[in-house]
Amino acid sequence: MTGPATANPAGARDHARAMAGTRVEAMPTIPATTAIDLPAGVAPETVVWDETLAAGGYASRQLNRGARLRLVDAHGDACVSMLLFNAERPVERLNVADTLKVQWNAYLGPGRLILSDMGRVMLSVLEDTAEGHDAFCGASNAVANARRYGDGFNHGAHPNARDRFVIALAKYGLGRKDVHPCINWFKPVTIDEDGATRLDVGPFAPGRQLTLRAEMDLIVVLANCPHVLDPRVDYAVTPVRATAWRGPVTSEDDRIRSATPEGLRAFLNVEDYFRR
Amino acid sequence: MSQDPAIAGLTGAVIHDEVVAARAPWSQAVRRGQTLRIVDLEGNQAVDFLVYSLADDAERYSAQDTIAAQQNIFLRTGTVLRSNEGAAMMTIVGTSVAYHDTIGGACSCESNTLRYGHHTKAQHACVDNFLLANAQYGRTKRDMVSNINWFMNVPVEADGALGIVDGISAPGLHVDLRAEMDVVVVVSNCPQINNPCNGFNPTPVRMIIVA
Repeated sequence: MTGPATANPAGARDHARAMAGTRVEAMPTIPATTAIDLPAGVAPETVVWDETLAAGGYASRQLNRGARLRLVDAHGDACVSMLLFNAERPVERLNVADTLKVQWNAYLGPGRLILSDMGRVMLSVLEDTAEGHDAFCGASNAVANARRYGDGFNHGAHPNARDRFVIALAKYGLGRKDVHPCINWFKPVTIDEDGATRLDVGPFAPGRQLTLRAEMDLIVVLANCPHVLDPRVDYAVTPVRATAWRGPVTSEDDRIRSATPEGLRAFLNVEDYFRR
Repeated sequence: MSQDPAIAGLTGAVIHDEVVAARAPWSQAVRRGQTLRIVDLEGNQAVDFLVYSLADDAERYSAQDTIAAQQNIFLRTGTVLRSNEGAAMMTIVGTSVAYHDTIGGACSCESNTLRYGHHTKAQHACVDNFLLANAQYGRTKRDMVSNINWFMNVPVEADGALGIVDGISAPGLHVDLRAEMDVVVVVSNCPQINNPCNGFNPTPVRMIIVA
């Protein structure tokens, strides 16, 4: 409740200013160059983004080609749903079906590429200490969360990933039609022979991490909400840290670039796109 | 009265009956309670398929919501096609094929260059069909999402190996879809000639709607 201290603008101003310096777990590091616990060899002045997303939180960021993005599952129970757009022309976006089909494999992991719907590579997976990820089950929505937790309102205690995406995209002038099929990092889903999905919600060791490389200028959208098939009664998800730093554009002798003929053509297509 | 085997088992009046040419797009509204039958006339013809809510086309088919709701990647009799907001759009009320695909996506000129080489860029592709069919309703590339491939076979092996392999359909087999809301169905009768999804030979399919 407000008291006499906030009864007039000067008092309200002093009250507001007294909050400065508060530290919580889920917040951005500003300036990003003051981020700590960086990977070995990463110079602080190259850091372009450092932010911890809350349980149920979301964030988005524009990253330039060559940037590295590290996601750290700080407590072992993150579920990071991701949308991707070509920042220059957002009508080009992540295509999950092409990502799997072109690489002849259902599972994401080290060395895999994340592909757009225009035959170009958007991200490469440089490092990955997680047990697996999910390209099948998509984002939770208000209906699913209401069924599991009693309510799924964005303004409540059980926000759903789809609403988080809609809000994040609105800030770029994008809308419901731009919420495309997503990837869920850190929660492995495998497919049984009869087609059944098998989700592993852990528990996993704290500190699992993923390092991704931007292969074009990207808008990256993240929502950290419980997996849509998480069977636990509680809204179970823990904060995740996102850190990005500048890096060189992938060179022609990069091992991931030339690992497969299909992947190499995805790099050739993105290199062709930037030939201007 | 009719002896046409293609409509055997359907109840109600036929309100639309059309053969979609090989490689062609097709679109039609299907009202709640009506049933759309798709007939694979010559066998192993992939039918790429999207569904939008007629009232609000920002609500549309979601492969991921459909998979999550049934916890299975294959579409079989009883599968409910879910929207991106979790609603039931259509139900597979019957099919004479064991299962259908919704993880393989649609072929495009661009992805063909990755899968087969740049010499395939100028070939016909499903995404082009979808873009053209959707354009007449004012929909754009933003309205492209992961689709269904009726009569297409995409197994996932134990090590994750995944691919479009020889089909399990045959001439005259079909799938019946009951609309659970008013929808518009958009189809690309797949023109792909570089993999077995159409037996390397695109063929016509037949669309029958009963009310």
